[in-house]
Amino acid sequence: MATQDTNIERPAARAHRKLPPELNILLVLVGIALVFEILGWIFQGQSFLGNVGRLKIMILQVSVIGIIAVGVTQVIISGGIDLSSGSVVGAVAMVSMSLAQAAGYERAIYPALTGLPVVVPLLVGLLCGALAGFVNGWLIAYTRIPPFIATLGMMVTARGFAKWYTKGQPVSFPTDSFASLGAGMAPVMIFLLVAVIFHVAMKYTRYGKFTYAIGANAQAARVSGINVERHLVKVYVIAAVLAALAGIVVAARGQTAQAGMGMMYELDAIAMAVIGGTSLTGGRGSIIGTSIGMVIFGVIISGFTFLRLDAYYQEMIKGVIIVAAVVADTYRQQKRGKKT
Amino acid sequence: MLDGQGANARGVFEGEFILEVDHVRKEFPGVVALDDVQLKIRPGTVHALMGENGAGKSTLMKIIAGVYNPDRGEVRFAGRRLEIRTPIDALNCGIAMIHQELNLMNTMTVAENIWIGREPKSGMGLIDHGEMRRMTRALFDDLGIRLDPAGMVGDLTVAQKQMVEIAKAVSFNSDVLIMDEPTSAITETEVEHLFRIIRDLRAKGVGIVYITHKMSELFEIADELTVFRDGRYIATVAASDVTRDDIIRMMVGREITDMFPKVPCEIGETILEVRNLALPGVFHDVSFDLRRGEILGVAGLVGSGRSNVAEAIFGVTPAVSGEIRISGEKVAVTSPSVAMRHGMAFLTEDRKETGCFLDLDCIENIQVALLTTGKVDNRGFVNQREVNRLAEEYAAKLRVKTPNLAETVANLSGGNQQKLLIARWLLTEPGILILDEPTRGIDVGAKAEIHRLITQLAGQGVAVLMISSELPEVLGMSDRIMVMHEGHVSGFLDRSEADQVRVMELAAK
Ligand SMILES: Nc1ncnc2c1ncn2[C@@H]1O[C@H](COP(=O)(O)OP(=O)(O)OP(=O)(O)O)[C@@H](O)[C@H]1O
Ligand SMILES: [Mg+2]
Repeated sequence: MATQDTNIERPAARAHRKLPPELNILLVLVGIALVFEILGWIFQGQSFLGNVGRLKIMILQVSVIGIIAVGVTQVIISGGIDLSSGSVVGAVAMVSMSLAQAAGYERAIYPALTGLPVVVPLLVGLLCGALAGFVNGWLIAYTRIPPFIATLGMMVTARGFAKWYTKGQPVSFPTDSFASLGAGMAPVMIFLLVAVIFHVAMKYTRYGKFTYAIGANAQAARVSGINVERHLVKVYVIAAVLAALAGIVVAARGQTAQAGMGMMYELDAIAMAVIGGTSLTGGRGSIIGTSIGMVIFGVIISGFTFLRLDAYYQEMIKGVIIVAAVVADTYRQQKRGKKT
Repeated sequence: MLDGQGANARGVFEGEFILEVDHVRKEFPGVVALDDVQLKIRPGTVHALMGENGAGKSTLMKIIAGVYNPDRGEVRFAGRRLEIRTPIDALNCGIAMIHQELNLMNTMTVAENIWIGREPKSGMGLIDHGEMRRMTRALFDDLGIRLDPAGMVGDLTVAQKQMVEIAKAVSFNSDVLIMDEPTSAITETEVEHLFRIIRDLRAKGVGIVYITHKMSELFEIADELTVFRDGRYIATVAASDVTRDDIIRMMVGREITDMFPKVPCEIGETILEVRNLALPGVFHDVSFDLRRGEILGVAGLVGSGRSNVAEAIFGVTPAVSGEIRISGEKVAVTSPSVAMRHGMAFLTEDRKETGCFLDLDCIENIQVALLTTGKVDNRGFVNQREVNRLAEEYAAKLRVKTPNLAETVANLSGGNQQKLLIARWLLTEPGILILDEPTRGIDVGAKAEIHRLITQLAGQGVAVLMISSELPEVLGMSDRIMVMHEGHVSGFLDRSEADQVRVMELAAK
């Protein structure tokens, strides 16, 4: 019968007919970079992209938040949101730094525990993150609090914890091995590693496929046999562990930790994900997209600095960009709904 | 759109056709959904639109109702060319539509859903909820619907929601009313009820476009019918001039013979025992056995608790008391994942809410249940090539019509979405298959194919529990029929003793 033909016609054509949606975002990136290049020649009389040193700094600036953005991306794909990542950065920075202080430092937080091998602060830090994520995930999955509220609570609580931990005192003097976690291009390397792992996880494993399914239709996912509650706990734990990792990297890089570290990182991370095409309604997005979103973010910030634009303008323009990204996403969805 | 409301007030119009569609073409990326089609509706008639899944019926209706704009061609209403851009334009012109999928807001009341955007206002411009409830009650009285206007839509069954959709569409008092498979989720009693409403509207001069895959309804209600095949117009004929076979031939371009190819097969040992299952306020004291190779049909009216029992057995909404034994072992089915571990599969009734992942593609929709079984992955890494192969095999078997399996499921026609869901569950190779309205929205040709598949599975020893509102389907497919009435099992009928009358007696009690 006629319909049957349409089915079996071109088996080869079936695998990948559509262009990857990331291509659009990549084009946006290229466009923005070119605009800055042109503006650079006009207003500064020099190249924006030609300066490798600047690009390196730019990537370094954004990759810590990029680590968080990878975790946040999978949370948003699952249909949720995580506002606690910035506070987790602060809390974990404090805790891990307090266990990473160099041997013989007199004013150490735990004088008996100085000069520990780097795995100790690293693991304890990640565990703290896991704990915060578990609380987030458990609240969201089992008490059905909206993710916005649950993670808002964690945002305030974790920040409070960070301040309480040393009564507001900064913690410094890490061991060399701890400091090396943030030295040089280490943050970029760590980001790349995380991004590759999660790109594979989201695309080729059950973990990733279930995350998309839950974000697309949680009820249908449950009826299809997915343990939605347990899966959501995993998603939030992973997000917070990645935020913790970012916290460790920031602390190691600055060789000091302060309770206020990571302030507003959650919003930047969400912005990177959204700019990268992750849909706030869940079910769509990718790590590649977020990575491109991260670079777009970096190009814009460093571009404005390059043009010597006032920091206040930068903040405002950042806000506009985030809203524009969401508008673009909403528009894409409407277009899919009504093709005329 | 037309200027002024008066132009289309009923009775003013004298021409032959109230709605005319000419040379309409609509293309989607990779598919020509409609190619030069026509449709002409006379006032005061019921015009059935027929065609296989994906023939373009819903697409044309959406064009008339302003959801899509055509690439070419025109739509004339009362003799004037319409420039409809949005659904609101269409409603203002006097064209209302009941969509194939439910479009109600679960967290709002029945009354709010019906009058949304048209709420009666009190003196201060605030919404007058009392008046709104009164209007709803008046509307329901008129239509003979018994539902609480202040009740939450989320608490209603799919069939009750469908009745709300029907009432809402009628409330616009339009000249043309489009109904896209309004009966796919309701039982004979509600169908009768709907037909009374339709006859009333027809007597008042409304032109009704009626889409269905149920042939029996066609001859009962339709005056004229138009057939589409693969996006092309085939013919328009008077319903009294054709037979069922004529229509099928026009629709599919070939003969379809055995509609319910039930092959008697060997019935093995009991695999599922349900004892005194109860969920207070929903169903009570439900007990039955299901054996390997057996097809147990479940009949009953809307609200008789059939779907709730199925949901309880599969752990979607577990029962409060009672016992479920699988292969003799007592199992606490607290969630669908537990049920699946014991070899169950469950095709739900509401494909939009608990079935499809509309934003994901066909492969992703088909594979999800299979992935949870852990059969196609290696330490969490999915063997995508194997999954794709299986998905394609089943998509072809079930004749899923789509340009390719990477298409987003929201872009598939309703019947094709249903086929994907069936494929999803067949892939898990269940021992106990629970089907709730398995052929909902599926065309005649594919229906026979699905019935054949179900019978074949039974032949391989799968136990099948099949809920269906279509009596011929239940009677044709089942070895035994369990009839439910108001949350109780009112009786069992053997295949040999079951007929329409007996089932209805038990169902209505
Ligand atoms: N928004 C869309 N984007 C892409 N393709 C679409 C879209 N809507 C419909 N189609 C395609 O157009 C064709 C006709 O679909 P339509 O929904 O009109 O079928 P139908 O006759 O209503 O079928 P059914 O009986 O299954 O409801 C199908 O092949 C479908 O895949
Ligand atoms: Mg349709």
